[in-house]
Amino acid sequence: MIVALAALLPAVYLVVRAGEAGADGVADVLTAGRTAQLLARTTVLAVAVTASAVAIAVPLAWLTVSTDLPGRRLWVVLTALPLAIPTYVGGFAFVAALGPRGLVQGWLEPLGVQRLPSLYGFIGAWLVLTLFTYPYVLLTTRAALRRLDPALQEASRTLGRSRWSTFLHVTLPQLRPAITAGSLLVALYTLSDFGAVSLLRFDSFTRVIFVQYRASLDRSAAAVLGLVLVCLTAVVLAAEHRTRGRASYHRLHAGGSRRAPVAPLGRWRWPAVAACAALLGVALVLPLGVIAYWLVRGVAAGEPVGLTANLAANSLTASALGAVTAVVAAWPVATLAARHPGRLSSLVERASFTGYALPGVVVALSLVFFGARIATPIYQTRTLLVFAYVVLFLPQAVGAIRSSLLQVNPSLEEASRLLGRSRPSTTRAVILPLVRPGVLAGLALVFLTCMKELPATLLLAPTGFDTLATRVWSATSEAFFGRAAAPALALVLLSALPMALLVIREADREPSPGHGPPPEPAATDETRAPPVLTPVA
Amino acid sequence: MTTRPLVALLAALALALGACGSDADSGANASAPQLTIYSGRSEELVGPVIAQFEGETGIDVEVRYGDTAQLAGAILEEGDNSPADVFFGQDAGALGALSDAGSFRPLDPALLERVDPQFRSVDGEWVGVSGRARVAVYNTALLSEDDLPASVLDLTNPRWGGGKIGWAPTNGSFQAFVTAMRVALGEDGARAWLEGIKANEPKVYENNIAIVEAAGAGEIELGLVNHYYLYRFLAEDPAFPAANHLFPNGDLGSLVNVAGVGILDTADHTEEAQRLLEFLLGEPAQQYFAEETFEIPLVDGVEADPALPDLESLKQPDINLNGLADLQGTLDLLTEVGVI
Repeated sequence: MIVALAALLPAVYLVVRAGEAGADGVADVLTAGRTAQLLARTTVLAVAVTASAVAIAVPLAWLTVSTDLPGRRLWVVLTALPLAIPTYVGGFAFVAALGPRGLVQGWLEPLGVQRLPSLYGFIGAWLVLTLFTYPYVLLTTRAALRRLDPALQEASRTLGRSRWSTFLHVTLPQLRPAITAGSLLVALYTLSDFGAVSLLRFDSFTRVIFVQYRASLDRSAAAVLGLVLVCLTAVVLAAEHRTRGRASYHRLHAGGSRRAPVAPLGRWRWPAVAACAALLGVALVLPLGVIAYWLVRGVAAGEPVGLTANLAANSLTASALGAVTAVVAAWPVATLAARHPGRLSSLVERASFTGYALPGVVVALSLVFFGARIATPIYQTRTLLVFAYVVLFLPQAVGAIRSSLLQVNPSLEEASRLLGRSRPSTTRAVILPLVRPGVLAGLALVFLTCMKELPATLLLAPTGFDTLATRVWSATSEAFFGRAAAPALALVLLSALPMALLVIREADREPSPGHGPPPEPAATDETRAPPVLTPVA
Repeated sequence: MTTRPLVALLAALALALGACGSDADSGANASAPQLTIYSGRSEELVGPVIAQFEGETGIDVEVRYGDTAQLAGAILEEGDNSPADVFFGQDAGALGALSDAGSFRPLDPALLERVDPQFRSVDGEWVGVSGRARVAVYNTALLSEDDLPASVLDLTNPRWGGGKIGWAPTNGSFQAFVTAMRVALGEDGARAWLEGIKANEPKVYENNIAIVEAAGAGEIELGLVNHYYLYRFLAEDPAFPAANHLFPNGDLGSLVNVAGVGILDTADHTEEAQRLLEFLLGEPAQQYFAEETFEIPLVDGVEADPALPDLESLKQPDINLNGLADLQGTLDLLTEVGVI
């Protein structure tokens, strides 16, 4: 409850600020033709990005988990990494490479290409957001795919369904919660993103809210728009909730979770590799290449490298604290949502999404408001910064833990209680070990997102507390790209590290393909329990 | 499958949070800064000046760098509890907005008088520190001085048609210039100019740097930019084939905008703040802005870099920077004409 209330602080702030505009002012903003148009544009962008992220991520998850794709383990790690590239860096790289007079245009000019199709507007924003957010869906889908019980698919095949029909009617429904969870993160991220939409000039709600602040410091009008965004989030969450239903996904009986037999790609092997390579070429190599180009050009011009250990240490400590705190705060929310689904728990869970879907600057200013007026002792301390990170990124941790919890049969918990363990002891000895993958995934995800965070860090960190992200921002805002390059590179590498380790660990744990089911003790294999759809009475 | 790592993690968290809290406390007591600045100008530009101020005065300064508009927004949200003493803004618009909201206190008249009235607030609440002029940067191989237009308004002439002009309509300084144009010529005049330029099919760039680069490369004949970017290129390559053209006779095209400072009404360290402002308007700091960031010093008696436009020769258009608040109207106009 407390966590939910904390998460709702930004919404409270928005109501206060919007209230200042008075009923007429609110009505003015709401009825302006532009607002309806904005709503439509933003919705279309969110839907398009989510759809294309799913379209990329689901086949990719299948390729990297269930097939004999050459170099599969390498692809497993690499395909998750675009998430570590902040959209404000990725967007810059795209503009530099593909924009008017960009690097690519330069190469093509001798061939008579005078102008590339414009990257600006919907196309660019859609492209950049898709490329840097699809890993949300990839990670969740891949985890679910690994835990799938191949027996189900085998049964379906035995009963005469074709391979495609099996995928459509047996596999896909079981992946649905994972795909939806990832999609939710993508959709809400799209609503709140500023980097991509500003660099690629697409007027989404977030960009207009920023412009509103810049143009007139008109906090009331911006607040009304922010509230519309909160409502939009509620609609998205309601839609997600409908698809969630009341199915249960844990396995009911003891039984082995084993690797599905590898699907041979046959003559599609190399085309599949080419597809993966093409994707990474744009989503990973291109941005990193542009940063490296800046770095080389900057060093050649004698620019200071601008990277200090202090910057990295600040980034790492603040993000690590943010990640740990977010996971701790997410625990009760996730438990409530997974174990006691009901109106209250779903309200609490949805409340936790408020901060995530709002533009960072709105959340930051709302915490400036509460911090400076009420929580003065912690204002502009690391404590408040960490608090801001929790408000902003809680859903990532809640989602990861919740989906792990859902796969743990509650009867295990009941058994432990019956055998005399106390509730805390049960949590510690039975539940935690089982949901550890979810907890670790939550940690890695929140950590990575905190590393990239900008507006809250600028406004709420202790004065003089520089991080890699703020340094990148400071240098690029004055067009000192050479000075931005080294911190940007460090930012991407450091934030990718925990994610990469996690992905490698997961990949290591799975039995090597093609060797059949390994013997597993039935008592502990709940961790990778394959989901079975059973209606809950 | 043991719980230990998690328990250890939680313990670490508790410790860290504890340390964090005590950090904050000790931070507040042990090394309370004597002056806190919210700076919308980046550390790259003003960091060295502030370090120099600290060295000379022994005053311990803390600076929060950020986006000008967002920091102004933060000051408004903080209300009476704002830790900031001084606000250093990138443009006159944000300074004006804070002044309108009553966030500033009146400045010492002696300080204000060092700067020409057109570069400070009408009610004496903020003062400009350094200026930047709008200019046309042109390729010296493609254009001679005789080819240059006398007024920015002449650029709608078909002579400049077919992609000879470069501009960056999303850039903040360009938008301030359009706001000035709306004030001077009215909505219709500004719209006509924008449509005229649009008819000449200008090349669109993301920022000033890209325009200067394009002018040097001969991709465009001239481009509308802030004056100082060119000097960064010339510093790297003295043979860079581009030069700045100042539109003469107080033409709109050479509007000067300023970065400036104000002392907050809620400041706890007004004396130190006053000393900072004196320092910023003093000779070494003005000299720094002239030589290192290639901006225009605003204080009389400070020699500008000989390459820079001279404020004396640069007759300002008759437009008060205090009147450039309506950015929203400019954005609407730019959207309507279809250039952003």
